[in-house]
Amino acid sequence: MALLEVSDLTKNFGGLTAVSHLDFHIDEGDILGMIGPNGAGKTTVFNLITGIYPPNSGEIRFNGGSLLGLKPHSITERGIARTFQTIRVFPNLTVMENVMAGRHCRTRAGLMGAIVRPQSQQQEEVSILQEVERHLRFMHLWPYRDELAKNLPYGDQRRLEIARALATDPRLLILDEPAAGLNEQEGRQLMDLIGQIRTSGITIFLIEHDMKVVMGVSDRIVVLDNGEKIAAGTPAEVQTNPRVIEAYLGREE
Amino acid sequence: MNAMKKIKGQFSRLQGLSERRKNLIIALLALLFPPFTHLLLGMGANRWTQVANFFFIYASLGLSLNIILGYAGLFQLGHAAFYAIGAYTTAVLSTKLGIPILLLLPLSGLVAAIFAILISRPILHLRGDYLCIVTIGFGEIVRIALRNDASSLAFLGKIPGLSGFAEKVSGLVITGGPNGIFGISRPSLFGFTLRQQWHYYYLFLVFVALTVFAMRRLENSRLGRAWACIREDELAAEAMGIDTVQMKLLAFAVGAAWAGVTGGLYASWITVIAPESFSFWESVIMFCIVVLGGTGSIPGVLVGAAGMVVLPELLRQVLLNIQQWRMLLFGAAMVLMMVFRPQGLWPSRRVRLGMEEEESLAAS
Repeated sequence: MALLEVSDLTKNFGGLTAVSHLDFHIDEGDILGMIGPNGAGKTTVFNLITGIYPPNSGEIRFNGGSLLGLKPHSITERGIARTFQTIRVFPNLTVMENVMAGRHCRTRAGLMGAIVRPQSQQQEEVSILQEVERHLRFMHLWPYRDELAKNLPYGDQRRLEIARALATDPRLLILDEPAAGLNEQEGRQLMDLIGQIRTSGITIFLIEHDMKVVMGVSDRIVVLDNGEKIAAGTPAEVQTNPRVIEAYLGREE
Repeated sequence: MNAMKKIKGQFSRLQGLSERRKNLIIALLALLFPPFTHLLLGMGANRWTQVANFFFIYASLGLSLNIILGYAGLFQLGHAAFYAIGAYTTAVLSTKLGIPILLLLPLSGLVAAIFAILISRPILHLRGDYLCIVTIGFGEIVRIALRNDASSLAFLGKIPGLSGFAEKVSGLVITGGPNGIFGISRPSLFGFTLRQQWHYYYLFLVFVALTVFAMRRLENSRLGRAWACIREDELAAEAMGIDTVQMKLLAFAVGAAWAGVTGGLYASWITVIAPESFSFWESVIMFCIVVLGGTGSIPGVLVGAAGMVVLPELLRQVLLNIQQWRMLLFGAAMVLMMVFRPQGLWPSRRVRLGMEEEESLAAS
């Protein structure tokens, strides 16, 4: 069954059409890769799904319900978590506090809970810390839990963003160029972790600029060029598609 | 909660050392202040107890603004408006209806919070300096409305069908105009009415202690963490499932409520209030208390309040007749602070941690 279904999605910025009549879907448990040259509109698609921009037309359905008109935080609450292309960890919070932020939408304590600290609030805090520990260990960040996020090396910050997103208990995880700026070894390790996340039952939608990276990990691939879908299918199908080759390498004169 | 202790132990760095002894000493000094100054200065002690009371009022105002400015990172330069709304709520209801002060305090907080929600909802999407300008405007509107008393409601006459009502209402005396309100009753508990400066000293001491206690808990809670995330990166916070609008609204409401309660306490202590007690200058003082002390830092705000309230008084007592120099010294001190110690006198643990690490990185 399709977990996420995008149909006839269009987004204009002034006179520029960033995304045009886009259709695709993601099946539960799959890894879908989205590739395309720079400026093809990949990140715009992510921003439309996560509610950062409203689309001009089209429909986005997640788990049977429409996401149109919802604010980003309630889309996250419904089970879509994301990372950003340019890293956006909370720089002056510790690694642990960054991941705790992800638990916000799954916990309830309010003003009275904060000040009076009843039993229920204390249990909630314990459960938050337990979840945080689990995600930090999984992302190999546990030793750095008390460091400020801004002091982590680049690759660790990327993993921290993923850990923070996982802490929101997503059904769909959206990764915007997770391997960007990583060296080859770090990139391979990350793809390995992404595979493990999928095994744990989370559906993954990932943008990647680099064809090599995305081919190895994705079940299916959607290729975007100038805001339009030019191909879709398994990595093998896409690789041999003449329009894809043309988009990446240019037309033969 | 053994599980709690165990798991917290693993996140050790941000947990301070046991501060019980230090807190005990501070509490003891604070409790002994009035009798001690009385022994030392005799009747002159009253003056200093009054200064201490002003310190408590401003410490509480600073702590309330710290929620908005320090925790959520929202620029608010009209905080005196909420202080005024609280003070006038208490003053009006106590003089007109004779409701006991202690009942009016929570009500003052509630009224201030309602105003905060009404005015901040439409402006919350503004950022930084824009928000700052709107809050300055709001502060002035409240002061001028209090000055104009009920005649500021005359605009209702412009609405069809309300002209009769507006005429009747705008002739009423509610806030007392520029003269303000006199004869606000004093708080009393079990038949004992607070009259002396040192009576209020202990009331305010308890109130500030409770405030500090509540703020510390708030800072280390789900809400405190959400505010920190918004301050750091609002878009990322929203994407992580934090309802940023609701959280910012909550910061405004809680900060305003606390300022409102403080206003009620102030009114019942001074017993005479006028619009000029809540001028823009008051908002500036509160802003300076938070920023000079150390944004987001509870001890910083207390130090800031001491610097802004007690220090000028000390200067006045020590250096005779420097009244006209006071503001100049003040300004110079502030410029020097911003140049040499922009993080504040007592920066928050988080700011300190970041700076230490930057220094150690630079050294290595």
